[in-house]
Amino acid sequence: MKPRQKRMALIGAGIALLVGAVALVLNTFNDNMVFFYSPTQVAAKEAPQGRTFRIGGMVQEGSLQRGDDGTSVKFVVTDTAHTLTVAYKGALPDLFKEGKGVVAQGKLDEAGLFTASEVLAKHDENYMPPEAAHALEQAKKAQSTVVQ
Amino acid sequence: MSETQSSVARAPSPGFSFFHYASPQTFFPLAGKLLWPCWIAAALLTLAGLYIGFFVAPTDATQGDSYRIIFIHVPAAWMSMVVYLAMAFWCAVGLVFNTRLSFMMATALAPTGAIWAFVALWTGALWGKPTWGTYWVWDARLTSELILFFLYCGYMALQAAIDDPRRADRAGALIAIVGAVNVPIIYFSVKWWNTLHQGASVSLTAAPTMATTMLTGMLMMALAAWAYTIGAALVRVRAIMIERERSADWVRKLVTGADFNGDSKA
Repeated sequence: MKPRQKRMALIGAGIALLVGAVALVLNTFNDNMVFFYSPTQVAAKEAPQGRTFRIGGMVQEGSLQRGDDGTSVKFVVTDTAHTLTVAYKGALPDLFKEGKGVVAQGKLDEAGLFTASEVLAKHDENYMPPEAAHALEQAKKAQSTVVQ
Repeated sequence: MSETQSSVARAPSPGFSFFHYASPQTFFPLAGKLLWPCWIAAALLTLAGLYIGFFVAPTDATQGDSYRIIFIHVPAAWMSMVVYLAMAFWCAVGLVFNTRLSFMMATALAPTGAIWAFVALWTGALWGKPTWGTYWVWDARLTSELILFFLYCGYMALQAAIDDPRRADRAGALIAIVGAVNVPIIYFSVKWWNTLHQGASVSLTAAPTMATTMLTGMLMMALAAWAYTIGAALVRVRAIMIERERSADWVRKLVTGADFNGDSKA
């Protein structure tokens, strides 16, 4: 083996070992790497108890209720399998909308109400002009009437 | 055990040889010739890309006009990752083959890569506020990109801290190669974990989830970023070559203006 090939083998082995080590570490800390928990994970008691954490999902259609004081809101976060009711007092981000993604940080009480201190909107990776979005919506509606 | 391929000038072989340009004195004039094409391509593509991005592409159905920062954000983020991989590649080549030019290339790429990482983070923050409702969150995508920026800074700082260029190169190479593990983590973070950052709109395995004009503008800006990066790296690598080889004959000839037409007259 020439020194050059030896160095190549050493570097290759080094990188392989490093990748393996990092993969093991990431795998071990997988639970701590998530930014938010889904309502299903909360229902399965996988979310941390008694301390602040984030939940994420879709705002259920028709679930947004605004309080009389104008700043407090209540809405339901769903991942289509489970739901969670969130109470929040403050300004909602512009992109916050029913049927769209949301991430809320706060605490869960015994009654299952999640009181949020911060609400963030999570948008998806689809970018399209408003006309296209409108057409998609119409198509969806047409499809659902056909099914009924 | 002897190195058959050393950096000693080889006999010029007829026809094109890739390794012909592996030494500073032959690469220097080539890099000089490549500069203008890079700058022109970067300027034209930027103008066309920004025009499409800001005047031709439609507004987005959900985000309105604030999505338009994507035309800078995504190319910057892509380049920050590509440049790091290129840097790690040149460092590995330098360690294996003991070539001087490889390490110079890596050194030349680092500042541009750091700028791209910074631009990606900065535009991301400006995009995050009107859409997500926050400048910054510690999710996997944002955090790993911040680590990338720190890796660039660490690479440059470590190299600058060691006086002997050969030792500086080797120490820096370690950061570059080890840190390269972070790049796939950045890329796949939105797939592997729950993040606030959305998934990829453009990937090799799936159809893009963007309107065509938006995609065209973004890809033009990405090509512009490539052209700029190559140009900036070439300017820097030419400066590094002159600095490091200042006692070599070819640099002396170059500086004193003796007939230097790019061929080494060895």
